[in-house]
Amino acid sequence: MYNKGTIIPGLIIFVLFVTFPIWFNGLKAGTLPKPELPPGGEKKCVMPVEYMRANHMQLLNEWRDNVLRDDNRTVVTVEGKPYRKGLQMACMNCHSNKEKFCDNCHAYTAVKPYCWDCHLTPKEAASKEVTH
Amino acid sequence: MKYAFSFLAVIALILIAGLGSQIPGMQYFFGVAIPYLAIMLFVGGFVYRVMQWAKSPVPFSIPTTCGQGASLDFIKQDKLDCPTKTSEVVARMFLEIFLFRSLFRNTKSEIHNGPKVTYESSKWLWLFGLLFHYSFLLIVIRHMRLFIDPIPFWLSAIESVDSMLQIGAPTLYLSSVTLLGGIALLFGRRLVNRHVRYISLNNDYFPLVLIFAIALTGILMRYFLRNNIDIITIKTLAMGLVTFSPVISAKIGAIFYIHLFLVSILLAYFPFSKLMHMGGVFMSPTRNMANDSRAKRHINPWNDPEIKPHSYAGYEDEFREFMVDAGIPVEKELSAVQDEA
Repeated sequence: MYNKGTIIPGLIIFVLFVTFPIWFNGLKAGTLPKPELPPGGEKKCVMPVEYMRANHMQLLNEWRDNVLRDDNRTVVTVEGKPYRKGLQMACMNCHSNKEKFCDNCHAYTAVKPYCWDCHLTPKEAASKEVTH
Repeated sequence: MKYAFSFLAVIALILIAGLGSQIPGMQYFFGVAIPYLAIMLFVGGFVYRVMQWAKSPVPFSIPTTCGQGASLDFIKQDKLDCPTKTSEVVARMFLEIFLFRSLFRNTKSEIHNGPKVTYESSKWLWLFGLLFHYSFLLIVIRHMRLFIDPIPFWLSAIESVDSMLQIGAPTLYLSSVTLLGGIALLFGRRLVNRHVRYISLNNDYFPLVLIFAIALTGILMRYFLRNNIDIITIKTLAMGLVTFSPVISAKIGAIFYIHLFLVSILLAYFPFSKLMHMGGVFMSPTRNMANDSRAKRHINPWNDPEIKPHSYAGYEDEFREFMVDAGIPVEKELSAVQDEA
């Protein structure tokens, strides 16, 4: 074998890059996120759990477009219960703790939704006076 | 229709994973066994190929010289294109690996009426090649969010930059778009450009189609076919794979298994294909040698140390009588040699 001095360190760097997640985690899988269920004990949502788990962001985006862009504020009624289209008006009524519900999974998967660029979390809303 | 086979092969792979993963009990085969096998083939095969190259001697000093070589003091040397020092070679390699400099210098030759040959700068391949490779790198780095926990700051930063246009939900990644754009040109040029089309083979088309299918299934999974795509389940599986305790905690949609299977195929195929240019670019003697053969003697490693240098004088000493007999002129005549003795 020729040029051992450069090729072997090169290969070691390559293997370290490829196995990055193995040594970076140190074989610790971390803790699974456990989003807090609604403290009020509600069991029903606008959609089934499986759908919400996979598609909630698309539903929220659709509602955002409906309300802000198309002025369509039609109340969604599911099994007789009306839900106004809105994060603070509907979702956060039951899932009242953003830190324990939303952030739990989002932090685990590095998702940073920009909902909170405009919206206030219930905690923030409680600590601020209504200005409009 | 050389490229048709590549499409058929990729469609077959998609069907295998799409249907196979729906058979009860086969989720572990497609989600755990195949990825492990693929990564082992990738690392093992990659190291093996590089070692094989490292064992091959470079008989001659063959750097490509594209500029003025080192000469007299008042002649300016082109240090990047005709390097003589290791530092210059490193600079040349750096530009080659990170910016694809040799593609940047690409020219296109055309014959016009006359007949007249023209050489025009052609940067499309460079531009889209660069776009493709950097998008792919970014996508690989981005995927690390599924393999590490807790997620470091720099990874979230890359993630935010890549989705900074905030289009849709989940937000559109710019690298997905640029990757597809890059592949479209790299594939298109093999169809449209006659010269490249003529020399294109299945092993040129197949990786492009495979990477295209990987990107497409990834995009479909993220934005469109979201049934049973719960990222928490997927991250749990990915974390399990890198901590050697894989679990599939809930049902995952077929599109995920298709995506994973195609990536596994790409990894397993990598060391045995042209994709090894990833390692090969470091190993190419035409780039990584200094053009210093006038200053330093390049010894061919093939040379048998038993064979000693043989000067002409020595040769003539050995064969003088025969040469004189055959009428071949000699530098020292037979009589002169006999006088000395």
